[in-house]
Amino acid sequence: MKIGVLALQGSFHEHQYILEQLGVDTVQVRLPHQLDDLNGLIIPGGESTTIGKLAVDFGLFEPLQRFGNKHAIWGTCAGSIFLSKDAHRNQPLLGLMDIQVERNAFGRQVDSFEIDLDIPILKTLNSQNLPFHGIFIRAPLIESVGKDVDVLAKLATGRIVAAQQGTLLATSFHPELTEDDRFHRYFLEVAQ
Amino acid sequence: MEAEKGTFKLKLGLAQMLKGGVIMDVVTPEHAKIAEEAGAVAVMALERVPADIRAQGGVARMSDPELILKIMDTVSIPVMAKARIGHFVEAQILEALGVDYIDESEVLTPADEEHHINKRAFNVPFVCGCRNLGEALRRVGEGAAMIRTKGEAGTGDVVEAVRHARRVLGDIRKLQNLPDEEVMAFAKELDAPYELVLETRKLGRLPVVNFAAGGIATPADAALMMQLGVDGVFVGSGIFKSGDPAKRAAAIVKATTHYNDPKILAEVSRNLGEPMVGRQVSDIPQQDLIADRGW
Repeated sequence: MKIGVLALQGSFHEHQYILEQLGVDTVQVRLPHQLDDLNGLIIPGGESTTIGKLAVDFGLFEPLQRFGNKHAIWGTCAGSIFLSKDAHRNQPLLGLMDIQVERNAFGRQVDSFEIDLDIPILKTLNSQNLPFHGIFIRAPLIESVGKDVDVLAKLATGRIVAAQQGTLLATSFHPELTEDDRFHRYFLEVAQ
Repeated sequence: MEAEKGTFKLKLGLAQMLKGGVIMDVVTPEHAKIAEEAGAVAVMALERVPADIRAQGGVARMSDPELILKIMDTVSIPVMAKARIGHFVEAQILEALGVDYIDESEVLTPADEEHHINKRAFNVPFVCGCRNLGEALRRVGEGAAMIRTKGEAGTGDVVEAVRHARRVLGDIRKLQNLPDEEVMAFAKELDAPYELVLETRKLGRLPVVNFAAGGIATPADAALMMQLGVDGVFVGSGIFKSGDPAKRAAAIVKATTHYNDPKILAEVSRNLGEPMVGRQVSDIPQQDLIADRGW
């Protein structure tokens, strides 16, 4: 099992650390050839405008789209924006997931928050259904999802913060900033 | 569980999202737009870049809130702003404006010659400058969630940023190799909080995100700092005091991502036009050095 972490900018070391703790081989992806032989890819948190621009500049845009048509990709925060097909703004989007996102949906940094989430799908990993601690930093919201997309988590207000379409995952929060590796383990199952 | 805001985890978390990126000084909304389009991860909104503060002299203060708000309205990336060292009311005002990060900065004229701001009293996160590990950990002790080297702002001379990064990272390497019984004396020598010294020793790095700043003017400068081991870079006067800011900004962003790839660095360094003129730090009289501000 070899998982790539898109290392153009953002929290890629944090994702890599958790994967390595789980005994997974990881590769930092900055150029197209580094996608070869990977079983899956994580697009980390960061600034979606920066990540999108660098992906275009270094010829990664189409290779990432092709990769996502065959393999698992998980985007956290900025990564979920980059996976979406619509972010109400003119910036490069992979358009792999049939989701519409709103950037900075909760406001600026002073509005960033932590909250426990109920994520039923993580029950498949163990019998207990403990809450998952969600860290939302200038976070986007998944406003609407297409018919092939499953909603994995919502806030109490009903707003969508995690979704899955086949082997593609999007979370508007940051599991890589917690010590809880369940979401990473779930992604590894999806990628297998 | 109720939502929690303003926690240290959230303050640190935003800095973690900026890693591997470039934060650019901007003085107008137009600059901010250029920075965002070039791939900046955040902008620092201010009235004068450090090179102009240095040239014009006088008291340098927090920027006009009107300018900061206009810049916040213009870009979708985080906006930072500077408060004077120890000027907690400027910081309160910046927090009320909703800026995403406050830089308690030696580039502005200090408002207190003994004390820095108690940064734990705020929900907005702070970044602070340092020249060595002791100074970095004192700032973290006061609540800073992000540290940067001071370098020597407004000079375009990277030598001080290199000195400060080497000192911080060198002190950490030294700390890791000490036998347990020598750690307390080293903490005393550093003038740093003991618990944070222990944490740094355990982690093998600062307990917060660590950027380089002060004198970075070229893609090679940015990559140099990244190879030395920082998490990202601030570029102040280096971009908008150069001949072709948009091109240079984009090149520095690319160099920060591909800092370990000399072929790409060579490619992005081509034809960038005139760099900022710059001023050699060793020619500046001691009393005019900015990095000595802060305690």
